[in-house]
Amino acid sequence: MNVLNPHLKFQSQSVAKPYFVFALMLFVGQIIFGLIMGLQYVVGDFLFPLIPFNVARMVHTNLLIVWLLFGFMGAAYYLIPEEADRELHSPKLALILFWVFAAAGVLTILGYLLVPYAGLAAMTGNELLPTMGREFLEQPTITKVGIVVVALGFLYNIGMTMLKGRKTAISMVMMTGLIGLAVFFLFSFYNPENLARDKYYWWWVVHLWVEGVWELIMGSMLAFVLIKITGVDREVIEKWLYVIIAMALITGIIGTGHHFFWIGAPGVWLWLGSIFSALEPLPFFAMVLFAFNMVNRRRRQHPNRAAALWAMGTTVTAFLGAGVWGFLHTLAPVNYYTHGSQLTAAHGHLAFYGAYAMIVMTMISYAMPRLRALGEAPDARAQTIEVWGFWLMTISMLLITLFLTAAGVVQVWLQRIPEDGAALSFMLTMDQLRVFFWLRLFAGVGFAIGLVCYLVSFMQRGRVPAAVEAPAAVA
Amino acid sequence: MSETFTKGMARNIYFGGGVFFFLVFLALTYHTETTFAARTNEAEMTEAVTRGKLVWEQNNCIGCHTLLGEGAYFAPELGNVFHRRGGEEAFKPFLHAWMKAQPLGVPGRRSMPQFNLSEQEVDDLAAFLSWTAKIDTNDWPPNKEG
Ligand code: HEM
Ligand code: HEM
Ligand SMILES: [Fe+2]
Repeated sequence: MNVLNPHLKFQSQSVAKPYFVFALMLFVGQIIFGLIMGLQYVVGDFLFPLIPFNVARMVHTNLLIVWLLFGFMGAAYYLIPEEADRELHSPKLALILFWVFAAAGVLTILGYLLVPYAGLAAMTGNELLPTMGREFLEQPTITKVGIVVVALGFLYNIGMTMLKGRKTAISMVMMTGLIGLAVFFLFSFYNPENLARDKYYWWWVVHLWVEGVWELIMGSMLAFVLIKITGVDREVIEKWLYVIIAMALITGIIGTGHHFFWIGAPGVWLWLGSIFSALEPLPFFAMVLFAFNMVNRRRRQHPNRAAALWAMGTTVTAFLGAGVWGFLHTLAPVNYYTHGSQLTAAHGHLAFYGAYAMIVMTMISYAMPRLRALGEAPDARAQTIEVWGFWLMTISMLLITLFLTAAGVVQVWLQRIPEDGAALSFMLTMDQLRVFFWLRLFAGVGFAIGLVCYLVSFMQRGRVPAAVEAPAAVA
Repeated sequence: MSETFTKGMARNIYFGGGVFFFLVFLALTYHTETTFAARTNEAEMTEAVTRGKLVWEQNNCIGCHTLLGEGAYFAPELGNVFHRRGGEEAFKPFLHAWMKAQPLGVPGRRSMPQFNLSEQEVDDLAAFLSWTAKIDTNDWPPNKEG
């Protein structure tokens, strides 16, 4: 970058900025398609056949995953140099990979929207190595290859930075999480002809991501931000980090079994999946204790109150979404009735938002003022708007979750519990749930307003008055 | 956390626990692999079933439907549609008629696209869904509505 930014410890950290900005742009796209689907849930033929539901859903979920990946990469480019105490190995490579990934992402989304899916499969030679058409892994095989190439370049870049510099627990855990993310993604290329086997390894990507290696990434981002904003001793913070991720792996790996109940896998998973996944809320609960403890023991009053709110908020919301809503349906006798119902969607939303969307926004909230050379924190007005965005989005997402939960309970009641003959068909059940889906749509509009608030907060420029600026001892 | 419980101890639990449980997971995966052949009637997994799976994937059916409870929640479960819609005699003709009839065009109703599948593709899809319906799923779903 041409002008020296006094608020960055290392100038190369500035490559994080385009990653964060693009992540938020994709987030906006994700929500637009969420609203389209929300409307299709009640007005079934809305935008049909222009954008059928399955297309909107692919766009919604793939944008989610890709913007989170951009967020994680941006976080790593910001955090790793600072932890390693040296400049990034190659800022140029980071920028090249940014454009490669952005172009591949945009082209894939355009492909979904402009070409019928079967046509996209034919165009991209899916028959040579069929990987498409599985939930969340809908990308053409060539896009998947592109993701792997970008991931390798990215891991090389931050890996070299770390190897040549200081190795802290935080950077080691982040690195392990990111390597794990790349390694488990490789299972997306394995698509056995046997459906049961296909589903079994599909979860190695999906579950071992969100309830495995992504928790390492989340934990390290949280630990980094907490050190910065509380000034608590690194030893203490890193000990907590290890305890949290130890719990995550000990419960979460065998916990994968909660997806093996009804897909053709053997009965031992009914027990193992239930028992281990029932313990999966523990690491999320520990994160709540961690964040609140550290903030209470803070050694300084950091001027970026919004970042502190995000850091505490993400732990609480992740605990609710993943821990509480996950536990709700994770025991096999319960899951027998709730599997693949609106309850699943309720949990998926609060968990993804609370854990991963919010941890990325925590990092953005902390780092963006520095990346934009505004100082340690944006001015008070900008923070107030950001805090509005936080509450509007978070409360709306809680409401979405509650409405979908109500829909799910009624669905189970009408469609799943009664015997053959007495049970209502799927389509007739959906008719009964319309009121909940309307309410979910209104809450979705609330979420979109919150997102707009959040984005507007970035347009507020200005500095913190010098008097408020805390001593630079810890920063 | 107390001073006697050090960062090094926490790190060892993380490494040891992570590695140990991943190895257990691999062992359980091995066990699972030994059961698939019988539980999924692999002997009856014909070429048509395999082709049908590809038709299923390349038209993104999972974007609206669930299959064995996984996928999207917008349209009915299809893991057991074979049993719900006629079984051995009637399912295949049903599927042909159904795919031809889309979209139904009822105003306001959730709509399924016209995929323009060939006769052969629909036959394959029927084979895939018939085979899927016979996987041993530990008795899921609870009833035929899925
Ligand atoms: C941040 C962490 C988590 C995220 C992002 C997450 C996300 C999701 C998503 C998106 C699904 C739906 C997958 C599909 O489309 O088939 C799902 C399913 C499920 N999750 Fe989680 N989850 C998390 C943590 C947990 C935890 C901690 C538990 C248990 C305590 C749990 C229990 C379950 C269960 C049982 C299902 C299967 C639901 C069904 O049978 O339909 N999840 N999760
Ligand atoms: C305006 C707000 C939103 C609306 C109206 C909305 C709506 C929807 C709808 C209708 C589906 C498809 C459900 C189905 O398959 O039948 C869906 C899926 C999904 N959405 Fe959203 N969404 C919104 C925001 C979000 C946010 C903020 C996140 C995460 C940060 C998210 C994550 C997901 C995930 C993970 C799935 C797949 C769930 C599963 O497979 O269980 N959505 N969304
Ligand atoms: Fe899971």
